[in-house]
Amino acid sequence: MSDPTRYRKYHPKLYRTRMPIFWWVRKRAHIHFITRELTSVFVAFYAIELLFLLRTLTLGPEAYDAFLAWLQTPLALGLNTIAFLMIVFHSITWFNLAPKALVIRVGEVRIPPVAIAGLNYAGWAVFSAALAWFILTA
Amino acid sequence: MKVSNEPLWWAFFGAGGALSALCVPALLFLVALAMPLGWIETPSYEAARALVHHPLARLFLFALISLSLLHWGHRFRYTLYDGLQLKHLESLIVLFCYGGAILGSVFTAFVLWQL
Repeated sequence: MSDPTRYRKYHPKLYRTRMPIFWWVRKRAHIHFITRELTSVFVAFYAIELLFLLRTLTLGPEAYDAFLAWLQTPLALGLNTIAFLMIVFHSITWFNLAPKALVIRVGEVRIPPVAIAGLNYAGWAVFSAALAWFILTA
Repeated sequence: MKVSNEPLWWAFFGAGGALSALCVPALLFLVALAMPLGWIETPSYEAARALVHHPLARLFLFALISLSLLHWGHRFRYTLYDGLQLKHLESLIVLFCYGGAILGSVFTAFVLWQL
């Protein structure tokens, strides 16, 4: 018994109905779901954009200016506009789901979901204001 | 019994989702739209360096970037499974998603260390 038992998760020989790749385009709720899931691509896009902006600060003023010039190109503005809309969608769907993931009880009483969502939106406003203050006073 | 590391990835996914939802809309709007379009003034090179130089600022940026990447890694993994029905490419997808996020985090730490 040198080999530990291995279980295969994928069973190509078992009968299973094939799902078409674009199974999600027929229903509004499915499009909403896939759009929400795809917001993560834009979260990563912005993380990398911010990382490269920070990297120019280690390389010198020329690299910084070149990156700022790239941000002004129509391609960058277009990508960032799409990314902004997708990430706002991410924020809204995230905060609306938070009460379902976060069930807090005080004694017998469950804190109403609306209150938890409200706290999330308040936090969004506070973080946005703080970041704007830091950047605008730089 | 093999211990699943799923809860760990889920915790990173949750932390990254929350932090990016709170911070990225304002940050992206100001830095990547309002500044290039001239709606607000763009900080000079020295001012930008001074802004991110404080250790707490760099710690915040590391948390934001690395957790955002780990958020992507976990969510995108399941997007590929569900959206594109790629369950059979599991190990390749796991390597690409989590490996990419970890590499990106290491590179972020390296860049922020140099600032």
